[in-house]
Amino acid sequence: MAAIFQGIGATTALSSINSLDSKRFRLSSHRLLSGGKGSFFVVRSDGRSKPGPNPRGRRPEQLITNAVATKADSSAASTTSKPGHELLLFEALREGLEEEMDRDPCVCVIGEDVGHYGGSYKVTKGLATKYGDLRVLDTPIAENSFTGMAIGAAMTGLRPIVEGMNMGFLLLAFNQISNNCGMLHYTSGGQFKIPVVIRGPGGVGRQLGAEHSQRLESYFQSIPGIQMVACSTPYNAKGLMKAAIRSENPVILFEHVLLYNLKERIPDEDYVLNLEEAEMVRPGEHITILTYSRMRYHVMQAAKTLVNKGYDPEVIDIRSLKPFDLYTIGNSVKKTHRVLIVEECMRTGGIGASLTAAISENFHDYLDAPIVCLSSQDVPTPYAGTLEDWTVVQPAQIVAAVQQLCQ
Amino acid sequence: MALTHRSSNLLRPFTTAVFSSTPSLRRPFSSSADDTTTITIETSVPFTGHKCDPPSRSVETSPKELMTFFRDMAKMRRMEIAADSLYKAKLIRGFCHLYDGQEAVAVGMEAAITKKDCIITAYRDHCIYLGRGGTLLECFSELMGRQGGCSKGKGGSMHFYKKDSGFYGGHGIVGAQVPLGCGLAFAQKYSKDETVSFALYGDGAANQGQLFEALNMAALWDLPAILVCENNHYGMGTAEWRAAKSPAYYKRGDYVPGLKVDGMDALAVKQACKFAKEHALKNGPIILEMDTYRYHGHSMSDPGSTYRTRDEISGVRQERDPVERIRKLILSHELATEKELKDIEKEVRKEVDEAIAQAKESPMPDPSELFTNVYVKGYGVEAFGADRKEVRAVLP
Repeated sequence: MAAIFQGIGATTALSSINSLDSKRFRLSSHRLLSGGKGSFFVVRSDGRSKPGPNPRGRRPEQLITNAVATKADSSAASTTSKPGHELLLFEALREGLEEEMDRDPCVCVIGEDVGHYGGSYKVTKGLATKYGDLRVLDTPIAENSFTGMAIGAAMTGLRPIVEGMNMGFLLLAFNQISNNCGMLHYTSGGQFKIPVVIRGPGGVGRQLGAEHSQRLESYFQSIPGIQMVACSTPYNAKGLMKAAIRSENPVILFEHVLLYNLKERIPDEDYVLNLEEAEMVRPGEHITILTYSRMRYHVMQAAKTLVNKGYDPEVIDIRSLKPFDLYTIGNSVKKTHRVLIVEECMRTGGIGASLTAAISENFHDYLDAPIVCLSSQDVPTPYAGTLEDWTVVQPAQIVAAVQQLCQ
Repeated sequence: MALTHRSSNLLRPFTTAVFSSTPSLRRPFSSSADDTTTITIETSVPFTGHKCDPPSRSVETSPKELMTFFRDMAKMRRMEIAADSLYKAKLIRGFCHLYDGQEAVAVGMEAAITKKDCIITAYRDHCIYLGRGGTLLECFSELMGRQGGCSKGKGGSMHFYKKDSGFYGGHGIVGAQVPLGCGLAFAQKYSKDETVSFALYGDGAANQGQLFEALNMAALWDLPAILVCENNHYGMGTAEWRAAKSPAYYKRGDYVPGLKVDGMDALAVKQACKFAKEHALKNGPIILEMDTYRYHGHSMSDPGSTYRTRDEISGVRQERDPVERIRKLILSHELATEKELKDIEKEVRKEVDEAIAQAKESPMPDPSELFTNVYVKGYGVEAFGADRKEVRAVLP
């Protein structure tokens, strides 16, 4: 398995490299990744290229930074061999949270109404009675300072999970997230780790109004030092939640207000997903459709129509918003040669914009058509239902775009 | 202009300085490494309390402690002045905020606590770093951006950190360190450490909203947080009476007790911090206001004389200088002779000069360091942007 990266500047163009299998490592109760999944070629700034070290010789502690277990294995397991259990997305998040809190006493939750109220979307329901008020901390309405507090606690070794009642409220904590959360590991020369998880629902809901329908992934994406993931199904919600908690880096987990009541059957056994991996939702041949969070469902709806019309779209849920899983995306682009990005972010400066740039830079030679990016309109989300429907991408638009691209 | 409006306040209370003590043993310094001798000194200014009983004015100390104070403060003073010349020689770039005049807060606090207690401060952090056990070489290396610096040269003047001795920095954004400090206290309470956190901020930061948010939470949950306002009376160029409706910062906690301390007296600071630590472990947060003064401007780009008179600066230097105060104490208790103190100062000067020379020779960080420590990773990939590429540009 190889990954191809183009060098920039003085480095010569590098062709297929297969050196570091950075995802092949083992956690105590998890399955080993079958088959080499990802390879990264490390290009150092002096222009020489050298393979990264083999992770198999590593100490177990370092393996916690990434997660393991392939989706392919577990989903097959969940639908055929193992019974699994059915639950809603918010329950999956809660299950992941609870398992991690059981496993590590340093994990704690900090947010508004997470304790006695049980969480505004019931993600933390019942946890305060089980773990006490200190571990599931109800804060006053002071996002800036309780995010700062969580970061300060993380500097000493705790692993707090900050819940923003709505992602939009975390704009108040932007300074703490950008400067302290993202940059402290670097500016302290590696002395402090900030293993914090910042999560919350965002996205356009049902007529919630402009201020409560914000998509913060576009604002946070350039903060160096953080990772961003977006969950879309109960399966990946639980896996990503657990991976984010176990990661030593600050992770922002984007949930979506409208997806909390999705039901799915998930495996009974313990599993953790890779924070930097995309999910192949529907393999195909004609066009690659990249999406995340709620738009995945609009894309799948459009896919049904497209299949009836004779197209074969490949749908990938990118899941990891920072960094992008260019390995999976690249393989798909090389197969289909056409890319459509469907996102809920605004057009200007959104995730789609960065993804378009990344794909153009890396896979330009493989594209037969320009990359099309369908995003939300650059307007504050209106209250009126019909207008709100038109700010986000609808399945009909996706179908039209695919037909246009595949001409 | 009303520049002279309040400047007299800075000098007024201290003309009644009184030193009283029990008779001490008459021994030259070299043989008084005797820790068991206790000297009781009365601070020149009583503490003022808000919603608490202030501690007594009599502070117990020992000859060894006083000599340590002198040496440490002389070192800090010398380091800051050397940093001033290095900045003018363009070896230190960017922002450089100097602490000379405020040394008593750093040494007094250290004397009252252990390395398990946490200190977090803003950008005027060089001396606190030194107090927490940092070396002069690490300080100067970091200031000059060398590899051997405490943050590997990647932090700079405003980002000194020392995790193993509980120094959490070093923060550039005014006021952002106070919620972090309350977070440190939260973690201490969570782990039942019986230690406290000191979150230092200035009179400028005292008007930040996040401070009151953090204070509310600390008081709500009885966190062992001590908020220390280093009131040097000027928030960059704005005098405190022009920025705060109520410059009595120790009272601004309202329901949180406060204590006003003479921040130029290391012994008063020590007493206050000891009192605060006991209080915080039992009753939750407390605010300490250290009445102190900085001789330099806000930073090296600020001359420091456009918003205050030179007379005020030299007046404070004459009347309240912390190093001079300890010197007078030592001389009056005959713990060392004038010459011995001068020798100490010479030694310190030499140490500083050597550290600077060594730091000047030390190497700059390797170009690959640009990408290290962005993420905590164990493997080859050290940094990635949106497309997970290691290198975005080739460095010369």
